[in-house]
Amino acid sequence: MSGDRQPARPGRRWPEPTWPPLARSLHPGAWWLWALGLAVAASRTTNPLLLAMILAVAAYVVVRRRGDAPWALSFRMYLALGAFIIVMRVAFRIVFGGGQGDTVLFTLPEIPLPEAAAGIRLFGEVAAEQLLGGFYDGLRLATMVVCVGAANSLADPKRMLKALPGALYEVGASVVVALTVAPQLIESVRRVRRARRLRGAAGKGRRALRGIIIPVLEDALNRSLALAAAMASRGYGRTGGADPRTRLITGVLVVVGLVGVCGGLYGVLDAAAPALLGAPLLLGGGAVALAGLVLGGRRVRRTGYRPDRWRPAELLTAGAGATTAALMFLTAGVDPDNLYPSLSPLSWPELSLIPVLAVLAGVLPAFLTPEPPRTAAPPVAAPRPAGGANGPGGANGPGGANGAGGANGLGGANGAEPRKEPVA
Amino acid sequence: MITFEDVSFRYEEDGPAALAGVDLHIPEGELCLVTGHTGTGKSTLLGAVNGLVPRFTGGHLRGRVTVAGQGTESRPPQEFAHLVGRVGQDPLAGFVTDNVEEELAYGMEQLAVRPEVMRKRVEETLDLLGIAELRGRALRSLSGGQQQRVAIGSVLTSHPSVLVLDEPTSALDPTAAEDVLSAVLRLVHDLGVTVLIAEHRMERVLQYADRLLYLPGDGTVRDGTPAELMPDCAVAPPVVQLGRVAGWSPLPLSVRDARRRAAGLRERLTDRAPGPPHPADVDVPPSAVPVGRPAGEPPAAGEPLLTARAVTVTYGSTVAVRRVDLRLAAGEVTALMGRNGSGKSSLLWAVQGSGPRRSGTVEVAGGDPGDLPAADARARVGLVPQTAADLLYLQTVDEECEQSDAESGAGKGSCRALLDRLAPGIGGASHPRDLSEGQQLALVLAIQLTAAPPVMLLDEPTRGLDYAAKRRFGAVVRRLAADGRSVVIATHDVEFVAAVADRVVVMADGEIVADGATPDVVCSSPAFAPQVAKVLSPLPWLTPDQVGRALAADLEEAAPPRTEGAPR
Repeated sequence: MSGDRQPARPGRRWPEPTWPPLARSLHPGAWWLWALGLAVAASRTTNPLLLAMILAVAAYVVVRRRGDAPWALSFRMYLALGAFIIVMRVAFRIVFGGGQGDTVLFTLPEIPLPEAAAGIRLFGEVAAEQLLGGFYDGLRLATMVVCVGAANSLADPKRMLKALPGALYEVGASVVVALTVAPQLIESVRRVRRARRLRGAAGKGRRALRGIIIPVLEDALNRSLALAAAMASRGYGRTGGADPRTRLITGVLVVVGLVGVCGGLYGVLDAAAPALLGAPLLLGGGAVALAGLVLGGRRVRRTGYRPDRWRPAELLTAGAGATTAALMFLTAGVDPDNLYPSLSPLSWPELSLIPVLAVLAGVLPAFLTPEPPRTAAPPVAAPRPAGGANGPGGANGPGGANGAGGANGLGGANGAEPRKEPVA
Repeated sequence: MITFEDVSFRYEEDGPAALAGVDLHIPEGELCLVTGHTGTGKSTLLGAVNGLVPRFTGGHLRGRVTVAGQGTESRPPQEFAHLVGRVGQDPLAGFVTDNVEEELAYGMEQLAVRPEVMRKRVEETLDLLGIAELRGRALRSLSGGQQQRVAIGSVLTSHPSVLVLDEPTSALDPTAAEDVLSAVLRLVHDLGVTVLIAEHRMERVLQYADRLLYLPGDGTVRDGTPAELMPDCAVAPPVVQLGRVAGWSPLPLSVRDARRRAAGLRERLTDRAPGPPHPADVDVPPSAVPVGRPAGEPPAAGEPLLTARAVTVTYGSTVAVRRVDLRLAAGEVTALMGRNGSGKSSLLWAVQGSGPRRSGTVEVAGGDPGDLPAADARARVGLVPQTAADLLYLQTVDEECEQSDAESGAGKGSCRALLDRLAPGIGGASHPRDLSEGQQLALVLAIQLTAAPPVMLLDEPTRGLDYAAKRRFGAVVRRLAADGRSVVIATHDVEFVAAVADRVVVMADGEIVADGATPDVVCSSPAFAPQVAKVLSPLPWLTPDQVGRALAADLEEAAPPRTEGAPR
């Protein structure tokens, strides 16, 4: 009886702590909060040493705590994307931003531009300040992207959708269905294209397109009708009759609130923005959106199967991200110099204690959270029949695992006289 | 439990009635089999139980349908989710989530069942249907039978009192179908669930049914026990047909019934050679001109048309077909059998040349269809794929036929002429997608035959065909073979194989495990033996037609039984 599989009982919020914690996957929200904390921290500095530390922290946590599901492998893609961003930034500085800075490294032949494009220089002198500026900028953006990537590879996107508040359930359900339908559509295009060769694949261009699109669309339509009927028969959309006015109010509240949150975030993150645009707008918008969600959620009668719960490990993870961000903000108030290393004059970036501690706080989840379950499918309790493991054709599982009495389907056929000659 | 009070339904205001004046009362805990030809309103009847008809299909419903006292006229299907569970023919089309456990929980989440209860019910259902080992698996990675059982489980978790199953085993191989049906029986026996099940392959369900609803086709429903209705029901499984030709009364409903009755018949048939198993009456009008025959003299029966050597098909690291050798001869119908995923389809596609082939050679008329352009390949080997409608994309039947003539370089009207021989009476202006399954199959077959290939491959052609359509289709297949073609049919349908095929090839895990004359292969296998063979075992008789002809010959001669035929 593992503690994390039991439903929470009234009167006891969390199961007894055990160490090391039993393997389980963390609430996806916790990973997202953690990653956003790191990303916010990264947005407050251009110090390459700090940024590299944040990257290292994110990568280390991902390597230690990701599962073996398909999305867990996406982290590499985000790293590649980050590298691409840096390269592009530096390349742009070389192409367009020539001439700023005194430490000229080398000179490229300048391409003369017509009068109309005065103020833009192509190539020319390339200065160290210019390259470093591009590199710092790119590295900051890349770090933020990689932080988001870390969240993506640590948190199951579907469980994240399940954790949405009740009022957004329909949106979540549509996304889940769309995710399931996409591979079916691809499969159906492939099937029809293959089938077209059977008719000699006559006609190219528009005619061929029509030959593919019509059967595929017909298939997709039939399938979505069947799915809609199946979902309705299973109770999807049992609203209990919410009147249209409530729905309208809910919608307006949520949208207005979210706009407020966006504006507020901008205010908080951009140090130059007026103070009113910051925290007050953020909090106000959040409150309005929350009201909308609560109002909308009231009409929903639905429960979740094996819901993710917030336990100490989740709080710790989210807290680690929040600490990193908060300490970085603190530093920005006290000791901003080392966060934005000077470009003119050129100077080596330096580290001070608080930002380093801030970033190191982000690595705690790598040690203090439970390990993820390593296999997507739990191990099979009973050994399968020998023939079961290698189901051919890809599309089907082991036929032998059916267990019931009929498993000896071909046993008798083997007994038939095997005759390789066709019967005349 | 379910009542229909004077229910009439038509899809269009002035169209024909799909249901007319239906009065029914189905008590709790019955297993009720709904039967009738295609298009007689079986699906309409089933859909009306939880209000999907008319809310999802459109149309006009009069009268009142109630389930456990609740009428469908005032509540949408959603409000019946806790009462009626519904499973369709294609389980994948109804799945909402992507893994087994979440699919089982989905319905309960909608009904706001408490999480603890949900957890418990999921475990119970996993055990009840014998799918506990599949719990974390992705739904798409399951075999057909497993998917169907998960689909049944996913509606069971809501504890419905009625289970509606529309063709649940049509797409399954015999073994998987047995698994699904035994799960359903368990529900009826242990939980007292009322089950309404429509099934073309009646032979799989009839023996378990408490009640039969027979739809003769005029919108009415005849209601009674199977024993009452079977004597004059137009659709009947082979065991009932055997009872009819043997003149047994009451008719046997299961192989066991028949076997206990058959001692005398077996004695009469010992020492007799079974005639050809094909139905004698051929609904297709016989034609002087062979159907779309390849140019030139027809090859003599038995002459090899296609030789495949060491054909191997792989998908990634999975081997679907492993070094298979196959020779096909003129005038021969070969059935390709084996459980779902044993490599039947892969082999057909590889032989035709359109599918992937890793290694091996295929030789037809001096060329390898895999190396030839598509148009040449289809003139050597024709293939009707599992989803035949994939080949249809034009607005009318006539356009499809003209397009086919152009593609094949055949004379104008050849495709239409073929179609008229295969399935007479299809209007040229009708839309191909509006045709019944059998008519669509005939149209695609005609399109493929226009190229006059000497070898014709058919992948699961009888899926969705009722007994009458299957019988007509069987006659078409025999005719193709009689014209000197070689026909291969990949199928799960043992009764169809028994009636039509000369030779059976059984595949398992990508290899051929048995290859021989139909009686030799099917009679020895518990899974592939047709009902008549089970009844008359150990005699190698396969179809009621065979037995009927032998008995009729007896009556005509009224003489001592012939003795020239030696038992095979």
